[in-house]
Amino acid sequence: MQEQQRNYVLHTVEERGVRLVRLWFTDVLGTLKSFAISPAELESALEDGMTFDGSAIDGFSRIQEADVLAMPDATTFEVLPWSDPKGSEARVFCDIHELDGAPFAGDPRQTLRRNLDQARQAGYEFMVAPDMEFFYFSPPVAGEAPQPLDEAGFFDLTTNDVAGSLRKQTIRTLEQMSIPVEYSFHEDAPSQHEIDLRHTDALTMADSIMTFRLVVREVAARQNVHATFMPKPLEGVQGSGMHTHLSLFRGDDNAFYDADDVYNLSPVARSFMAGLLFHAAEITALTNQTVNSYKRLVPGFEAPIHISWARNNRSGLIRVPIAKRGNPMATRLEYRSPDPACNPYLAFSVILAAGMRGVREGYELPAEADANLFEMDDRQLAKLGIEQLPQSLSDALKAMERSELVFDAIGEHMFEWFLRNKRSEWRAYKTHVTAFERDRYLRAL
Amino acid sequence: MSEIAVFPDPPPPELARTLDVGGYRWTSFDSADTAVKAEPSDGWSAIIVSADAEPDAAWAFCRMLRKKESVTAPLLLLLSGRQLGDLELRDELFDDFCMTPFHPSEVEARVRHLLWRGGSGTTEVRDELVEYTELVLNLDTYQAMIEGQPLDLTYMEYELLKFLAQNPGKVFTREILLNRVWGYDYYGGARTVDVHVRRLRAKLGEEHANLIQTVRSVGYRFGQTRRFGS
Repeated sequence: MQEQQRNYVLHTVEERGVRLVRLWFTDVLGTLKSFAISPAELESALEDGMTFDGSAIDGFSRIQEADVLAMPDATTFEVLPWSDPKGSEARVFCDIHELDGAPFAGDPRQTLRRNLDQARQAGYEFMVAPDMEFFYFSPPVAGEAPQPLDEAGFFDLTTNDVAGSLRKQTIRTLEQMSIPVEYSFHEDAPSQHEIDLRHTDALTMADSIMTFRLVVREVAARQNVHATFMPKPLEGVQGSGMHTHLSLFRGDDNAFYDADDVYNLSPVARSFMAGLLFHAAEITALTNQTVNSYKRLVPGFEAPIHISWARNNRSGLIRVPIAKRGNPMATRLEYRSPDPACNPYLAFSVILAAGMRGVREGYELPAEADANLFEMDDRQLAKLGIEQLPQSLSDALKAMERSELVFDAIGEHMFEWFLRNKRSEWRAYKTHVTAFERDRYLRAL
Repeated sequence: MSEIAVFPDPPPPELARTLDVGGYRWTSFDSADTAVKAEPSDGWSAIIVSADAEPDAAWAFCRMLRKKESVTAPLLLLLSGRQLGDLELRDELFDDFCMTPFHPSEVEARVRHLLWRGGSGTTEVRDELVEYTELVLNLDTYQAMIEGQPLDLTYMEYELLKFLAQNPGKVFTREILLNRVWGYDYYGGARTVDVHVRRLRAKLGEEHANLIQTVRSVGYRFGQTRRFGS
């Protein structure tokens, strides 16, 4: 199998006149990294991997040994649709290994693989489908507020056409890269768009999200438009989330479905959800990893604040969508806190770990919270036993630091590095004096 | 004259005898890997696979050789009457077959004919194509074209499209597709097929997406059905 895949890749490179093969991988913060090799080197790269100095990559640095090995995953080989047809380029995702062949502890892709393998040993395949939200702006100018396309007078009369055709082109490019799109639409906020990806296994989806973010930016940049996945770019309007639909399959059956249950939820679904709720605070630093992420998680903008679940209540952290015509395959949970600036490999790893902990230990699902939680005060919420998600990156890091679940899911190397890196981000933010403070205090105090 | 590769090792005694009596040079193998490694530089003159004893291993041997040998040699399959059903949808894996228990002179005649064909066939090198309306698959270079434009596919997308295009008009269940295309116990289960079909349709583009049709609650079919012309 692997040999045939390699042959397929080598043939394609030759037949399509590929001039450059980009080896893609991801750092701990979820930034796409790449280096290019010539086709002549591809065969040995597929066989033995390519050595490179990882010390400059975020979260890859170690004291003893800087060199790591990028092993291309031939199943992910694709010719890039936007490359010059006369000298095409292709990409292939890589797993990062130590020089002795052991998986590298700083590689998010292998971390997700490991978590998926654990679930597989318990008999489950983890399937995900994210709703990706993002904004289009005029090219940003340092120090100025971002200008939405819809309002900015960008191509005044044809503003809608620009964004609409961008989205159309983006979808075409995504589909050429094996990323099927389920829906797409203009979101509530000015210049905000949403593209929903069709569900697939979590590893493929994490790769797809990395590709997605690049494609959206690349297509926009060609029209001199800036696309951003920043969670809350504009004050006073909705931020960008990455609501993630989750299900577990056992063979060909949806393990979340139970025809006899009032909500069609199986005991597995219930304890998975209980696990997610119980560990939600601990994993939030990874699903919402920036200072800015927490400006999105505030009341009034359809983002979750409370650790609760419900069927049709969008103020909760987990929503159980009602499946179309009771389709067993469509029974799923929608986890609503993640934002599109996360590292999808790590976010999926901890979401799965939290859910599977619930399944393994048979956690009890708390009662559904179907009232509008935004209208309740703290006392009422406390009576219902409903807690809040971390309010800031700092709170999230404190919850994560105590979490043995997150430690196990992402491993010691990344756990330590992530906490260190994000604490320093928080410290830098804390020293910043904002316009809010000056407006409020400068004259009054 | 070059050699004939024989599976399994040791081959059934009557087959060994027939080949010896016919004066052929042959070597028997227990696995495709060893056969590929031992392949002479100008390829095997023919391959004979006896599927009686271990049918699964025999089919795996055929499949592996077809994919790996540098020169495709004509392949003769020996199988019992009960196994005739196994031939279905495996046309690409053999060139001729003979039922067991066989008559030595029949096997010899078939081998002679295959060698003649193999010998005359190798003078003209022509890529093997699968064509269906605007779709062309070149099996030698792994390239797919639609309306003359190259179609960039991942390996499994290519394999699935190839299998479907080689069997137009037939309805396949997801399980059959998984079994025949992925060919091993794949983790994703039958939904893997749906995911790949969806991806293939997207790449074929709106105009050609309906080349792969969903047959409700059964599976998929490539191309038009002949019965209703719909």
